[in-house]
Amino acid sequence: MTFARNQWYVAAYGREIGRELFARTILGEPLVFYRSEAGEVVALADRCVHRRYPLSESRLEGDTIVCGYHGFTYDKAGSCVFVPGQALIPRTARVPSYPVVEQDSFVWVWIGDRDRADRALIPRAPWLADPAYTTVSGMEPLAARYELLVDNLMDLSHETYLHGGYIGTPEVANTPITTEVDEDNRVIYVSRHMADAACPPFYAKSTGIDGRITRWQDIEYHPPCLYLLHSRVAPVGVLPEADGSDPHGFHVEVVYAITPETEHSTHDFWAVARDFALDDQEVSDFLRESNRTVVLQDVTALDILERVIQAEPPDYQELSINIDTGGLAARRILKRMAAEADDPAKGVAV
Amino acid sequence: MNERVAMLRGDAVYRVHWKLGTDLLVGVCHCGAEHDSEDPVELWDWLLAHPEGHRPPVAAPPPPDRRPAGALV
Repeated sequence: MTFARNQWYVAAYGREIGRELFARTILGEPLVFYRSEAGEVVALADRCVHRRYPLSESRLEGDTIVCGYHGFTYDKAGSCVFVPGQALIPRTARVPSYPVVEQDSFVWVWIGDRDRADRALIPRAPWLADPAYTTVSGMEPLAARYELLVDNLMDLSHETYLHGGYIGTPEVANTPITTEVDEDNRVIYVSRHMADAACPPFYAKSTGIDGRITRWQDIEYHPPCLYLLHSRVAPVGVLPEADGSDPHGFHVEVVYAITPETEHSTHDFWAVARDFALDDQEVSDFLRESNRTVVLQDVTALDILERVIQAEPPDYQELSINIDTGGLAARRILKRMAAEADDPAKGVAV
Repeated sequence: MNERVAMLRGDAVYRVHWKLGTDLLVGVCHCGAEHDSEDPVELWDWLLAHPEGHRPPVAAPPPPDRRPAGALV
């Protein structure tokens, strides 16, 4: 499967990009990032046009990069503004620049045709930059193709086996699951609504709920990059208001950004935002450690799986069962997005 | 609780409900047609073949039960 180009991808957290040159490969394209003196994020191809030296191994001078090999100098748009030892700058002396949007604590980069980049297409994760929420976050490198992480996240039933003791409760197995696909907006939604469940000790302590709970775990995947897990707990029977507000629920928003690095490796961004116990450091520490542990357990398993897949002949016939309903829907949309990227006549994803 | 959860509000939403206590999946097309299957691959093939083989029921499908949490914020 080829990548879905002509899409927005999370390249970094905003906090990762400063006045130091920062290298990251996205969809096989080596990029260099920095923040201009005015504070905007710049993304350029990370190879000098002259002898391919990585610009990320070079020097930032004001808002220009001075190549660390021969001194070719590039401005924010990637145009060469100085070449060593001659007055004339060759017409082709420029490196590609990439559209960038900073939003919801992420740096999004458009990989594809520049003139098709529309920031309105970027899916939102507003909690990550909302003062009404407290967020912990990180990023783990995954030595596996991104499709394996999508499969993993679309089916939460693996948590009983891979993450025993960390997440999951007995009610999960007795909860009906609904999978929805919005073809027009390209959203996949997997709902697990537990009407009457035991309250895990973590929630009882941090929310003050005394007794059993109504617990929702809803996956909302915006292919290719953004995955949201809406976790809602409330006293039994307490549901959101008719207008969509939910003043009596407690919310944990788990966000993943799934960004292919190469065909066989992935940037696994994760964040956990909550709207309760905002200043409780113990709660922050617990959520950071437990989520990071879960992510690392997934990383270990998927790295193994990648090696297995690479060692076997293509077209291995997998078996899909009911728990794979959401993952199958995700695979299909990703496949279509990749096909569209190969055939621009089909237009950009809506 | 209503097993027929519906969170997305678009005009072209396909739904698959896993019937509690069984291995049965119930596919519901946006046209209202329904189909049961124990194989998610077969069920998606049926859903996405719309309108081929889809016969909407006489009665309207049950209304969505909750807020449109899946909407873009």
